[in-house]
Amino acid sequence: MEEYVNRTQLQEFENNVINLYRDKQSPLMQILQESQKLYGCVPFEVQNLISNELNISTAKINGVVSFYSMFSLVPSGKHIIGVCTGTACHVKGAQRLVSRVEDALDTHYGETTEDGQFTLAHTRCVGDCSKGAVVMIDDKMHSKVTSDNILDILEPYRKQ
Amino acid sequence: MKMINLKINGKDIKVPDGKNIIEYTKDLNIDIPTFCYDERLKSEGACRMCVVEVKGMNRLVASCATPATDGKEIYTHSEEVIKARKEVLELTWASHPNDCVVCDANGSCKLQDYSYEYKIDSIPVYDGHKRDFEINSSNKFFEIDPEKCILCGLCVNVCEQLQGLDALGFSERGYKTYVSFAYNAGMETSNCVSCGNCVSVCPTGAMMEKTEDIFRSWETTRTRTTCPYCGVGCQFDLVVKNNKVVQIDPAPGTPNEGLLCVKGKFAFKFINHEGRLKTPLIKENGEFREASWEEAYSLITEKITGIKKEFGPGAFAGLASAKVTNEENYMFQKLFRAVIGTNNVDHCARLCHASTVAGLAITLGSGAMTNSIAEVKGNDVIFIIGSNTTETHPVIGAFMKQAKAQGAKIIVADPRKIDLAFGANVYLGIKPGTNVALLNAMMNVIYHEGLYDKSYIDSRTENFDKFLESIKEFTPEMGAEICGCKAEDIRKAARIYASGNKAAIYYAMGITQHSQGTNHVKSIANIALLCGNVGKENAGINPLRGQNNVQGACDMGGLPDVYPGYQKVFNKEVQAKFEKAWDVKLDDKVGLSLPHILNGAYEDKIKFMYIMGENPVVSDPDTTHVKKSLENLDFLVVQDLFVTETAQYADVILPASSYAEKDGTFTNTERRVQKIRKAIEPIGESKPDIVIIQEIMNLLGYNQGILTSSQVMDELALLTPIYKGISYSRIDEVGLQWPVKDKKHPGTKFLHEGRFSRGKGLFSPVDYIAAQELPDEEYPLILTTGRVLYHYHTITMTGKNKEINEIVPANYIEIHPKTAALYNVKHMDKISVSSRRGKTIADVHITENIGEMIVFMPFHFADGANMLTNSALDETCHIPELKVCAVKIDNKI
Repeated sequence: MEEYVNRTQLQEFENNVINLYRDKQSPLMQILQESQKLYGCVPFEVQNLISNELNISTAKINGVVSFYSMFSLVPSGKHIIGVCTGTACHVKGAQRLVSRVEDALDTHYGETTEDGQFTLAHTRCVGDCSKGAVVMIDDKMHSKVTSDNILDILEPYRKQ
Repeated sequence: MKMINLKINGKDIKVPDGKNIIEYTKDLNIDIPTFCYDERLKSEGACRMCVVEVKGMNRLVASCATPATDGKEIYTHSEEVIKARKEVLELTWASHPNDCVVCDANGSCKLQDYSYEYKIDSIPVYDGHKRDFEINSSNKFFEIDPEKCILCGLCVNVCEQLQGLDALGFSERGYKTYVSFAYNAGMETSNCVSCGNCVSVCPTGAMMEKTEDIFRSWETTRTRTTCPYCGVGCQFDLVVKNNKVVQIDPAPGTPNEGLLCVKGKFAFKFINHEGRLKTPLIKENGEFREASWEEAYSLITEKITGIKKEFGPGAFAGLASAKVTNEENYMFQKLFRAVIGTNNVDHCARLCHASTVAGLAITLGSGAMTNSIAEVKGNDVIFIIGSNTTETHPVIGAFMKQAKAQGAKIIVADPRKIDLAFGANVYLGIKPGTNVALLNAMMNVIYHEGLYDKSYIDSRTENFDKFLESIKEFTPEMGAEICGCKAEDIRKAARIYASGNKAAIYYAMGITQHSQGTNHVKSIANIALLCGNVGKENAGINPLRGQNNVQGACDMGGLPDVYPGYQKVFNKEVQAKFEKAWDVKLDDKVGLSLPHILNGAYEDKIKFMYIMGENPVVSDPDTTHVKKSLENLDFLVVQDLFVTETAQYADVILPASSYAEKDGTFTNTERRVQKIRKAIEPIGESKPDIVIIQEIMNLLGYNQGILTSSQVMDELALLTPIYKGISYSRIDEVGLQWPVKDKKHPGTKFLHEGRFSRGKGLFSPVDYIAAQELPDEEYPLILTTGRVLYHYHTITMTGKNKEINEIVPANYIEIHPKTAALYNVKHMDKISVSSRRGKTIADVHITENIGEMIVFMPFHFADGANMLTNSALDETCHIPELKVCAVKIDNKI
C-alpha cells in the first residue's frame, strides 16, 4: 500500500490531534476530519495509528471512512469541485455540467485529476436551490452555472 | 419484579417485564422468522423479518427491538405481517444470486427456508441489480462471498460483541455495502483469529467453510459432544457423512454459549486422518509390524506377568491421560492399583497444575477453579497472571473481553504483552518467575493503605498475623526492582484488585510451572483471602486447566498419592473401602510422580511403562533425558491415535479410538462433568481405551466385567464422594459441576461458600525465591515457554490439519528488537539456541511484546523448547520449572 503520511507527520498527528480528542466522547469523527483536512485523506497509516491509540479496530475505522464520501483513502486534489446534483440543480442540467467538467479535466465523477489539481467530488444538494445550478469550488459557491460559463469559472483555479 | 399482561395471537399471558416482544413469543413456541436476531447480541433490528402487528400501533414493529408493554395485543402471523415479511424476502431475493442448486449452503440457508415457507416466486418480483463482488478467500478456513450476503450484520456483531475483536466490518454504504476485513484486504492484515464464530451464525451461504468434502445437510447426522482440546469444555455437534466428520458446529448454552475457537471449530481433520493407527503394532528388530489384538495382548500380559514375578509391582508405572475420558482414567488407575499392585500412576497434570492441586489444597482445601466460566462475565475486576487466556482458553478469553466491554477492569501480569494486555487498566511486564515478589508487593500496598477485608479475615481465615510479617516490609519498590516493572503500576494494580467486589484471579502455567510453583499458588490464595475475594459468586481463584480432561484425570486418581476423589492412598479407611470394592489388597504407599518415574526408568528401577494418550518425549522437560529413560525400559506400551514421538520408543503400540468414536465424560476446568458421544465407528481395528484396559485386566486374571462407560460412571460414583450424585441420565443435557453430593444435589457453581473445604482459609507466609537457573555470562537469556492459539500441546492432533500447519509451521523464538540487535539476528532468521541440557533450532520472530533479554518459545514442537528446559522440581509437588531457564543464542543457520 502506498503511504501518504510519513513517520514524523504521524508522530505530530498523535501529539496534536489524537491526544487532543483522546478523552472526549466518541472522538473518532473529529480525528478523521482533522486527517482529511491536514493530508487531504485518511490513509491506512493514519487509520492504523488511530486504531492502536484508541483501541478501535481498523475494520470499524475503515467502515466509517468508506461510509462518508467526505473521507478518502488517497489525497484529494488541491481544489474540490462540487457540482450539486440535488433535484433542483439536476433539473437545471447538473448532469451536463458534470460531463463538461469530466471532459475538460480528463477525469471521472468522484475522482482526482492526474496532476492533483482537482477532485470532482460527489455532491448532493448544497441547499441553495433557487440559484441552481450550483457549483462549489472549495469553500466558494458559484450560482447559476451553465455549461457555457463553467470552464471560465474553473480557469483561475487551474493555475493556483 | 413487575409483571405485565400480554395477549399474543389471542392467548393471554402474564410475564415479567423488561424484555422485547420476540423473547416472549419464544416461551409460547411461536416461530418468528429472523435473520439478524441473536439473543446473545444487542438487537440490531436490521432485517425486518421479525415484524409483528401490535394492536393500536399504526405500523408493524420489529419484535426483536420493541419492548413489550403492559396490555399489548400482539399478532405474529396476521395477514399484514405475512405480506410484509414476503416483501422483505422479495427485496432481499432481488439482489441475491439465484444459484441455490450449486450453493454449498443449500439445505442450511435461512433465506432459502423462509422463501419456501413464505411462498416466494422463483423469478424475483423486483428484478433487482445483482451485485458484483469478489469472493474474499484470504482466510484459510472460510471464505466471504458478499454477493450472497444479506447484510444482516450477525457476523460483524458476533465478532465485535462476543469475540471482542471487531475484525470484520461493513465497508462503503447503501447499495454498495459489503462485509469485509479492514481496507477490504486479506484477513492477515486484520486481527482475525479464525475462530469461525462468524461462519457459524451466517444465515446464508455468504460465509462458508472451505471444505474438500461435499455434503448436503440432509445427508449428514449430528452428534452433540465435548471438544477434545482445552479445558473450557465447549459443546458442539459433530456433523458426519459416511463415517467421516465433515464439519463442527458450536452448541448454544453452557459453557461456551455458541462460541468456539479455531481449534474446536476447524482442527478436526485428525479424526479421519490417514495416519491413524488401524491395528496394534509390535516392534521386532527395531521395526514396527502390524499385529492382531490377540498377539499384542498376549505379549503385554506375558511381559507384565514376567516382570512382576522378577521385580515386583514397584517396577511398573503408568501414565494416565488428560485427553481420555474419566471412565478410562478410572479403569487405568484401577488396572495399576488393583491388578498390577502399584500406586505408580501419574499423568501430565504433574507438568501443569500439580502446584495448584497442592497449593490450593493446603490453603483452601480444594485444588480446582472456585468459580464457573459463566461467572467471568459477572466479574468487576479480572486479574490475569501467567495465563495467555485468549490463546490457551479462547472462549474464556472472549468472555473476559465481554466483561471488559461491560466495564470490568483488567489487570494483566505476564512477561509478554499478551493480547489481553492491550487495553488493560494495568499491564505489569514482570520477569519470568517473579510472581511472588509482585504479589507480596501488591499485598503490602493493600495492607498499608487499609484496603483489605478485615471482617472476612477475622471470620473466615487463620494465620493472618504470621503471614503479615512476610509482606509488611516488602515495598512496591522492592517488588518493582525484582519484577522489572514500575512500582507505581504495582500500586495501581493493588488498588484496582482490592477495590473489586467481584474480583477474580485467573492463572495458569505462568504461576505453576516453577520450582517454587506451590508457593506461587499459595501467594495467589493469600491475596484473594486478604481482600475477601473467594467463596463468593463471581469472585475467586481460577486456575485454568489446560487439557479437555486434565481436571477429570486428577479427579479419577490418575495421581500417585490419591484414589479417585483425592482420597489419600495412605488413609486406612479409604484403603479399606477400595479393597472391599475392588476385592484385592492395595498398596498404602504413595507411588512415584512422573519425573521420578522417568528417573526410575533411567536408573533401571522402573522396568515396564504403560503410556496412554500422552507424549512425554515432547511435553516433558529435558527431552534428551526423557528419551534415554524410555530407551532404558524393558518394555513400553503406548496407546494412542498416532505413532507419536513417544510411541517410537514403544515395544507395542495399541490403536485407540478418538473421542468421536466413543462414549464417556470429560470434566472441564470449571469442574463440570460433560458427556462425549459416539458419532462414528472406530477407525480401523482401533478400540476405545476403556475396552482395551478392561480386556487387559481380564487377561491378567482380574475378574473385570466389560462395562460400558455409563456403568463405569456408576461404579466410580459410589467410590468418589465428589462424583457421588453423577449419573449419565443426569448429565445428558447439561453437565454437573462437582461436588455433586447426592442424586438430587444440583452440583456446585462456586466453591467455599460460607466455609472453606478445609474449614478456614489458611494464610501462608511466602518469601520470594528466585528460579533455580538464572542467566549468567555463559547463558545470558531467560527462556520462557508457552502455547500458541493454533496448536495444541504436542500437536499430535492439530498438526494433522494442513491449514494450521501453514499458519504455525515450525518452532520459533520471540526476541525483543534490542536483544536481536545485540546478537545481530533478523526476523525469520533460523538460529540455534542452547541451554545446559541441549540445543534446538528456531525461526526468529522479532517483537516488542516481550522484555529485553527474555525469549519465548512455544513447547509444541518435537525437539524444540523442551530440549532446553530445566527439569528442576518443586519440592512439594514435583512440578518441573518449565517456565524459566537460561539459554544462549549460538549462531545463525
